[in-house]
Amino acid sequence: MTNSYIWAIFSGALQAMVPITLAATGEVITESAGLFNIGLEGILLISALTGALGAELGGPLVGFLIGFATGFGIGLLFGLIATYFMGNQLITGVGINLFALGLVAFWLIHLGVPGHHAVPREAQVIDIPTPWGGISPMIFVALLLPFLAYRLLFKTKLGLKIRAVGETPHAADVAGINVNLLRLFAAAFGASLAGVGGAYLSIDWIGSVTKEISAGRGFIALATVVFSGLNPLLVLLGGFIFGLFDYLAVWISTLPNIRGIIPWQFVAMLPYVITLGTLLVVTLFKRARFPSALGKPYQRE
Amino acid sequence: MFKLKSRFRGTELQKAVISVVIGLLLGTFLMLLYGYHPIEAYKALFQGAFSDLYSFAESLANATPLILTALTFAIGLRGGMFNIGAEGQVYIGALTAVFVTTLHLPAGLDFAISIILAAVFGALWALVPAILKITRGVHEVISTIMFNWIATYLAFFMIAKVLVDPARAEKTISIAKSSRFPLLVPGTSASYGIFVAVFAAFLIYVLLWRTVLGFHIRVAGYNPKAAQYAGIERQKVVLWTFLIGGITAGLAGAVHVMGRPPTYAIYSGMPAITGLGFSGLAVSMIGRNHPIGIILAGIFFGGLLAGGRMMQISARVPFELVNMLMGLIVIFLAVPPEKLLAVGKKVVEVILPRKTLKGGGK
Repeated sequence: MTNSYIWAIFSGALQAMVPITLAATGEVITESAGLFNIGLEGILLISALTGALGAELGGPLVGFLIGFATGFGIGLLFGLIATYFMGNQLITGVGINLFALGLVAFWLIHLGVPGHHAVPREAQVIDIPTPWGGISPMIFVALLLPFLAYRLLFKTKLGLKIRAVGETPHAADVAGINVNLLRLFAAAFGASLAGVGGAYLSIDWIGSVTKEISAGRGFIALATVVFSGLNPLLVLLGGFIFGLFDYLAVWISTLPNIRGIIPWQFVAMLPYVITLGTLLVVTLFKRARFPSALGKPYQRE
Repeated sequence: MFKLKSRFRGTELQKAVISVVIGLLLGTFLMLLYGYHPIEAYKALFQGAFSDLYSFAESLANATPLILTALTFAIGLRGGMFNIGAEGQVYIGALTAVFVTTLHLPAGLDFAISIILAAVFGALWALVPAILKITRGVHEVISTIMFNWIATYLAFFMIAKVLVDPARAEKTISIAKSSRFPLLVPGTSASYGIFVAVFAAFLIYVLLWRTVLGFHIRVAGYNPKAAQYAGIERQKVVLWTFLIGGITAGLAGAVHVMGRPPTYAIYSGMPAITGLGFSGLAVSMIGRNHPIGIILAGIFFGGLLAGGRMMQISARVPFELVNMLMGLIVIFLAVPPEKLLAVGKKVVEVILPRKTLKGGGK
């Protein structure tokens, strides 16, 4: 009895950490290059829908590819505005989020049922069976990805370049690195990972698309990035903590003996309260150092 | 008055107009993509917004809360803060107004208390992100969004359990007659609430450009380093911009629910209130974060919202198109206009060979 509870919570937390970890790992790469994309929420939302439609055409793998491509496209737009157009990154990000809210609601109406689109079972990801119950293969991707990102950022020449354009773009430029181009691709690739996370929401975890499917997870991913201090390995830890409470909120509200005592609305607040609380605790110990050129467009003098 | 004009200058207006035009053009493209008729849609949109007194009154009604939430974002941005917490503060303000009605205070007093408490609770809801920012450096984008979500679920709870109408479970009890804003144009949704919005914009204008605190806010936003050298306390700027922003957002919620016929109540799921905060952000951007610009942009956007209903009925284009347009406009507002113009020129050059340009133009 207790064992099955523990398994349910553990696997549920792993499921819930996938979109947060994917989006946050991508954002770590983007922010390491000096761009601050707060449009993650919108990317998750749009790619949840495009990913679902892709999966219905050609199966889950196509769904993830379309999700990746959607993120890549939005990241490219964001990156272009943030680099060559020298636009304001926060405002662009907010614009992406607003556009996503409108687009997904619009598209869902267009598809027939306003506000809801169910993903057929054959388009959904098949769980890997384990003795305790099925788990999604994407969990392993989410667990592995931060290690790969860590290798990329701290053990390769490309990673050094990415961090250089984030920290001291002028010096990187003098050293012959194309600052804007590298930033552009860091932004596009970072957003692509969020796109995969979005597709995961619809074709794997939840099995349908709604207007509120992202439910603030893009911003929880941003909080995870702050938590990590741009270290992908800490994204894993942060992603698990936030995923755990994201899932616990759902799980607790289904327990009959708790439902009578605490209204579900207060349980649903939990992930957001915990996110803030965790950030608070983390900042008590140390203040993470972010790239000094973060959020500023690069201009040659 | 003259100086007031000089600060909302041509270049700013140009920037707003360019982005709106690009947004509408992309909207055309999107409508074609989804198989709708863009000309019919835009015709219905603008007819529903500004063609007669009735539609203009509806536009004003929609503009009222947007102007107030736009001020929340604008004063934050003027101080260098990206406060996107208006959404949650609106919920708090609206809940407060309904809550005061449940107290059955004497007529006249209840109206004043509703307004004052909505402003106070709106400000209190903004206080925690401000304190987190000041003491721990928690980025306001994250903290205000988390507070928006907490406010959402708090509102769901209050609407369903505390403020619910015993006769109709899908909505809260209605605001008492004595607490309602009288209608500006009978038979429409436009109430005297619009004057609260305009007056708030005026006060924020005075604050920003006629007081020492306003000067400090603007310096801190324009050049944080200079502000630091000048001895301007950043903590003070953060605290005040958040508190004032919380007040206007709280008012937006209260004015909306106290001035919106026919029910003067909040429905479960908050369909009429959700999005007022984020739309206000777009309004602030289009109004170039200036109180005068915000009033104009608020009426423009209120018009789109009012016209969007008409568009949905007569051109069968989903209302959500308006939100898409808003997002697109905001994205393009992020780009400096001279860059947009330069790219536009290049695109024209690529599409039209040089010869035809010379031949046709000269």
